[in-house]
Amino acid sequence: MTRALTDRQGRPVIVVTGMGLVTSLGWGKSQNWSRLIAGHSGVTPITRFPTDGLRTTIAGTIEAAASSTYSAFALSLAIAEAAADEAITQAGIGSPGRFPGPLLIATPPSELEWPQLRKLYEAAAGRDKSGYERLLGAARSGTFSELARHIEFASIADAVQNHFGTTGEPLSICTACASGASTLQMAAERLRRGDAEAALCVGTDATVHPEGLIRFSLLSALSTRNDAPEQASRPFTRSRDGFVIAEGAGALVLETYAHAKARGAAILGVVRGAGEKADSFHRTRSKPDGSAMIGAISKALRDADATPEEIDHVNAHGTSTPENDKMEALSLAAVLGSRLAEVPVTSNKSQLGHTLIAAGAVEAVIAFLTIGNGVIPPTINHNDPDPDLHLDVVANTGRAAQVRTVLSNSFGFGGQNVCLVLAGEP
Amino acid sequence: MADAVDVWVTGIGLVSSLGEGTEAHWSALSSAGVTVPRIDVDRFPPYCVHPLADGLNVNRLIPSKADQKQMGMWQRQGVHAAGLALEDAGVLGNEPLLDRTELVVAAGNGERDEALDSRILASLAERSADEAGSALNATLMAGLRPTLYLGELSNLLAGNIQIVLKVTGSSRTLKGEEIAGLSAFEDAARRIETGDATMVLVGGSLNAERHDILLGCELGGNLWQQPFVPVWQRAEAGGGFVLGSAAAFVVLEAAPHAEARGAKPYARLAGIGANRARREAKGDIQTSLAGVLESIGFAGSRAPFAMLSGASGVEPATSEELAFLRSIGSERSATGLRAYGTALGHAVEAHFPLGVALACLALHRSAFYPPFESSDIEQPIESVPDSILVTCVGHWRGEGLAIVERVSAAAEGAV
Repeated sequence: MTRALTDRQGRPVIVVTGMGLVTSLGWGKSQNWSRLIAGHSGVTPITRFPTDGLRTTIAGTIEAAASSTYSAFALSLAIAEAAADEAITQAGIGSPGRFPGPLLIATPPSELEWPQLRKLYEAAAGRDKSGYERLLGAARSGTFSELARHIEFASIADAVQNHFGTTGEPLSICTACASGASTLQMAAERLRRGDAEAALCVGTDATVHPEGLIRFSLLSALSTRNDAPEQASRPFTRSRDGFVIAEGAGALVLETYAHAKARGAAILGVVRGAGEKADSFHRTRSKPDGSAMIGAISKALRDADATPEEIDHVNAHGTSTPENDKMEALSLAAVLGSRLAEVPVTSNKSQLGHTLIAAGAVEAVIAFLTIGNGVIPPTINHNDPDPDLHLDVVANTGRAAQVRTVLSNSFGFGGQNVCLVLAGEP
Repeated sequence: MADAVDVWVTGIGLVSSLGEGTEAHWSALSSAGVTVPRIDVDRFPPYCVHPLADGLNVNRLIPSKADQKQMGMWQRQGVHAAGLALEDAGVLGNEPLLDRTELVVAAGNGERDEALDSRILASLAERSADEAGSALNATLMAGLRPTLYLGELSNLLAGNIQIVLKVTGSSRTLKGEEIAGLSAFEDAARRIETGDATMVLVGGSLNAERHDILLGCELGGNLWQQPFVPVWQRAEAGGGFVLGSAAAFVVLEAAPHAEARGAKPYARLAGIGANRARREAKGDIQTSLAGVLESIGFAGSRAPFAMLSGASGVEPATSEELAFLRSIGSERSATGLRAYGTALGHAVEAHFPLGVALACLALHRSAFYPPFESSDIEQPIESVPDSILVTCVGHWRGEGLAIVERVSAAAEGAV
C-alpha cells in the first residue's frame, strides 16, 4: 500500500519523529509512561517554599538538580532542554547543535520573583530611596544584569535555540493554558506551507512559586484538598474542586512525512489537524453555550478531514475545575454526538496536575504514547463520576485499546481554545 | 509563492504621545516641528518617557466600566487602538465578520501593583529569612487583586479585545520583545497569503509610564539616562532607549476579500521576514539583516524606496542597523531614512506595528516624513516613495524587515 505524503486536501502530511517529556512523575518518556499507566500521582505537598497561610499547599513540582537554586526561568529552561534533547535524540535528526528547522516554544510569564526583588531591594545602591525607585537604583548600578534574563520574554527561546541550533527566528507563544497545543498548530502550518521541513515544538512551565500559586488561588481555581494531595485532582467527578498547579515540559519533533521518510526516520504519529476559536464571554469563563469550545473542536476535525466516527479517544483538557469539566463534556457531546458514548476519555491532569503553559505539549506526547502502546492512561481519583457528564471516563485503571485517532483539547484563560487531532502513522 | 494572495492593510488604529488616530499622527509627524518630541522628564528621573497624550477617552470603544476596571492601562489603550483599526476598516461591530477575523497580538507583561510590591518589600526588609516566607504569603493573600493579575497576563490584551470588540476567529499572542511584533505580522500575512485567513487584526500596546517596566529594561542596561537626544545620536554615550507609551493595530486583509466588500487599502504588505543572529561578533546583525533582505525577495529590487527604522537606540544594535541601512541605501535608490523612535519613543512589542502603520500612512498620503532629527543621517527628500522598508532590530535579539508598498504601484507592475 502506498502511503500518501499529502493529505486529502493535498497538503503535506505532518508527522512526529521524536518526543520528550518531563513531569512531576519523572524525567523522560519511559519513566513517565510506566507511572502513568500504573495510576501514580505526581502531586505532593509543596516543600520549595513555606506554605503557611495559603489555602492550597500542594502541587505537581519537579525537583531540579540538587545544586541549582529554583527560579521559574532556570527550571523552565532546564526541563525544556531535557525534553527537547530527548525528542531530538529519538528523532535522530540533524547533528548535535544543528537542528534543521525553527523552534516554536510556549513559555511561562517572564517576571522577577520575590527573592530577586528582595536582592535588589537590599543592595547598597539605591538604599536611600524606597519602593521601585530603590529597585531602579540597584538596577542602575549595573551589577544585576544577570537578572535580566528573568524578565526578557525571548530569553528561554534564545537559550533553547543556542543549545539545539534551531534555525531562523524562534517563536515564543502564549495562548495561556492552550500554549503547548498552539506550538504544534503553528508548526504544522509552517510545514504545510513549505516554510520548513522540520520544526521543534516545546511547551514548558515551572512556575510553582508563592505568587504563581496565590494568583490562581485568589481566582478560586485551585483544589484545596491539601490533606490527600494525590487525590486532589479528580476530573469529571462530582467532588472536583479545582485544578492542581503543576510543572512540566513536553517536546516534539515535527517533520513533513516526505522529509521523515527520505531520511528513514521512524514515525511516531501524525498531526492530522488543529483548530482554534476565541471566546468573547469572560476573562476566565467560557460562553455558557460552549460555542467557542465547540468551534475549536469542530475546526480541528474539519482541518483534519476527520469525522466524529474516526475519533476513538479524547485526551481531555479535564482540569478538575467545576467550570471546565462541565463545559468540556457539553462541547464534546455537541460535536461528537452519539459517537461520544463509544469514545474513552481521559485526563492526564488527574495524575500530573495542570502543567499550564506546557499542558498542550505534554498531553500531545502522552496521546502519541497512547496510540503507540495501545493503552489509555487512567483518570485517577474517579470514584464519584459527575452524573451530569455523560462520558466514558477511563476510571482509575488504564485501559487496553486500539487507538488510531485522538482528539486532544486545550483551553485557557482569556478565551483560548485549541484542539488537535493526532493519529498513528498512515 | 506565485499564487499567494495579496495582503492589504485596510484599517489603522493608533494611540501614542502624539494623540489618537491616523489624522493626529500624520499631522504631527508630517509637520517639521516634531523634532522636539513630547517627553516627560519629571516622573521617572533620571529617565524620560514619551507619555500617552492627555485625555484619551476610551469610553466610546470600551463602553462598559466593568470591562475598563478589569484592564490595566496597556490593555485599555490597546483595546482602544484595536477598535480604531476595526472602525477605520469599516468592520467595527460587524459581528458575523469579526467572528471570522483572526487576532494576533505581540505582548509582554502588563502592569504590576507597584504600591503593593513596595509595601511588601519594605515589610520583608525588616524580617529574618525564616519569617519572610510566611509574611510574604500573608501579604500576597490579602493584597493581591485577582483582576490585576489578569491585567498582567500576556494573552489578556487579546482576551480583552475578544470580549470588548468580539474579534473571535482565533487568538494568538507572541512574546519576545520587539521581534514579537514582526512575528505577529508575519504569522498573519502568511496565513492570508495561503488562504488560511482572510482578515487579521494584528498589533501591540505598551504602557511606558511604569516603574516596573523601567526596572526590567534597566536590569539589562537598556535605558537612556541622559537628557533626551534623537535615536541616532546616542551611540557615543553608550546608547539606550527612551520608552514611549503607544498602541498600534492594523487590519490585514486578503485583497479579494477587501475588494468584494469595497474596502480601500492603505498599502500592501509586500514582504516580511526575520532571523536571529547570536550577536557574538561585530557585524552579526548586519549579516543577519542582509540575509533577511534576500529572503523576502527585496535584494534585487532597484525601485526607489524609503526607510522607516524601528531602531531603539540601544547599542550595538542601532549602529549596526545604521551601517546596514547606509550600505543598501548607497547601493540602491533609497531616498530617506527616519528613526520613528525619536518622535514616538520606543514601544518594544508595539514598536514594529507602529512602524508599519506609519509606512502605510505615508504611502497613502503620497508623501514621506520630514527628518525627525537634524543630522546628515536623516535628510529631507523631494520624491514620493512607492515602497517603504520598515526595520525591526530587537534591542537584544531578533532582526526583521518588512516591505510596505503602494497598492497602485504594485498593480502597475512597478515592483
